[in-house]
Amino acid sequence: MVADVSENLVAITTGFTGKEVLLFGATDGPGDIAIVVKGPARDITLRKKGRVGPVWVNTDSVTFRDVPSFYRIASSRPLEEFAPPNLLSRFQIGTENLRLETTGESDITPENLIEYKKALVRLKTEEQLYDEGLGAVNTTSNRLFRTRILFPANVPTGTYFVEVYLFRNGTVAAAEIVPFNISKIGFGADVYDFAHDYSVIYGLLSIILAAAAGWAASVAFRRA
Amino acid sequence: MQIYLPIAEMSVNVFVVLALGGGVGLLSGLFGVGGGFLITPLLVFLGVPAPVAVGTGANEIVATSVSGVVTQLRRGNVDLRMGTVLTIGGFLGSGLGVWLFSILKEVGQIDLVIGLCYVIFLSIIGGLMAWESLPGTIKQRATTAAPLPQTRAGRHTWIHGLPFKMRFHKSKLYISAIVPLGLGFLVGILAALMGVGGGFVMVPAMIYILGMPTTVAIGTSLFQIIFVTANTTFLQAVVNNTVDVVLALLLLIGGVIGAQIGTRLAMKLRNEQLRLLLALLVLGMAVQLGVDLVRTPADVFSFTGGER
Repeated sequence: MVADVSENLVAITTGFTGKEVLLFGATDGPGDIAIVVKGPARDITLRKKGRVGPVWVNTDSVTFRDVPSFYRIASSRPLEEFAPPNLLSRFQIGTENLRLETTGESDITPENLIEYKKALVRLKTEEQLYDEGLGAVNTTSNRLFRTRILFPANVPTGTYFVEVYLFRNGTVAAAEIVPFNISKIGFGADVYDFAHDYSVIYGLLSIILAAAAGWAASVAFRRA
Repeated sequence: MQIYLPIAEMSVNVFVVLALGGGVGLLSGLFGVGGGFLITPLLVFLGVPAPVAVGTGANEIVATSVSGVVTQLRRGNVDLRMGTVLTIGGFLGSGLGVWLFSILKEVGQIDLVIGLCYVIFLSIIGGLMAWESLPGTIKQRATTAAPLPQTRAGRHTWIHGLPFKMRFHKSKLYISAIVPLGLGFLVGILAALMGVGGGFVMVPAMIYILGMPTTVAIGTSLFQIIFVTANTTFLQAVVNNTVDVVLALLLLIGGVIGAQIGTRLAMKLRNEQLRLLLALLVLGMAVQLGVDLVRTPADVFSFTGGER
């Protein structure tokens, strides 16, 4: 089996509003395709609000380790028609099969943890970074397959992995991982890098820029 | 037209941000307020992360206060000595404020503290403004307010018993440096936590606590706001990486144009009605933010403050 993406580098430019990437490939024979797209792993702290007096305050928190910042699945047929649950679980296909490990600092009970995991998927879905639904993989004459992956404007930057699984007779007959990058390019990227790498100069420049704009405005005011 | 904000890491509509800056600039020109207390919550409402809204708000206020101070300096309304003392206090305060900010961000309570600060201060300002702009009170003030500072300056309170006395010629004051230093310090903390200049606290305090003439209080407040917000911008950029210069620039452009229209409108419209309108707007925002703090949240879970 071979697979590739239409763009190995998705550029977030100043006008970026989201991007559709085409994933395509070919198999050596019939079978069903399941695809998992994972964004760069990050530690995520999830907070839970509780009532303190009249005000709602963040009272509890759990930090999950190495959570995919982006997650999508797609397949050529509904998953349960061709993939046994143990394989879906092993390859983490479907948000319910994501293995989310905590950093061990929390003293949360197991049933509470399930609640936290559900909340994490729900919030990520609201941000359009996860999708619990199943995308469609189109196949042509049992050999070629393709699917579209839509990345929203708030997509995290970093290295993405598309995992392609070929299921045949209830087992994984072939697997392929296609990496690609999403990164800020051009002006926005320069600003971001500069702000992080040279934060002192960035801070000073921001002030100078604002002061100059304010001064220019006051001059314009006087003339007007 | 969408534009990607590199630090906020999101796309916004250029015209929405320009209109927001313009709207706040307009109010700024109309009422002579800095507008920081409006811009920060409005940015949060647009979906900008609260820390970025605070850092960027401070950056934008540098511009508005510079443009205001140039005019005030020309009219001789800036007490540089008083401004310097306030600024020293402000620097210490905003330093502490930015440090508090990063700690609160770490423990996930920054949104709560920003929310609480806004509710408290917007209620106070809105309430005072509404009370002042009500018919009757405005007339009373018009006759008594003008000579008030001069009579106050001569009165003796506990403030005049403090050591380290300094003479402030423009303000017609001979008081302890501890008072403006402490005032600057407190407003500096607010400025860093709320992304505001703090003029709305500073000006009344200068008039009623220090006893400065109103015109000098406004000019001097603007002068020290430049340095305090510049310091906040700098520290937020270095400590928290939360200043989005693209967003600040868009707000500036709108703000400058809005302020120009605002000052012209102000000459044509009736002042007390305008003040009442602004008071209602401020109170409305306080109520909205207050309800958000008290109301059962749609989702008790959030990523606030801990992501990345």
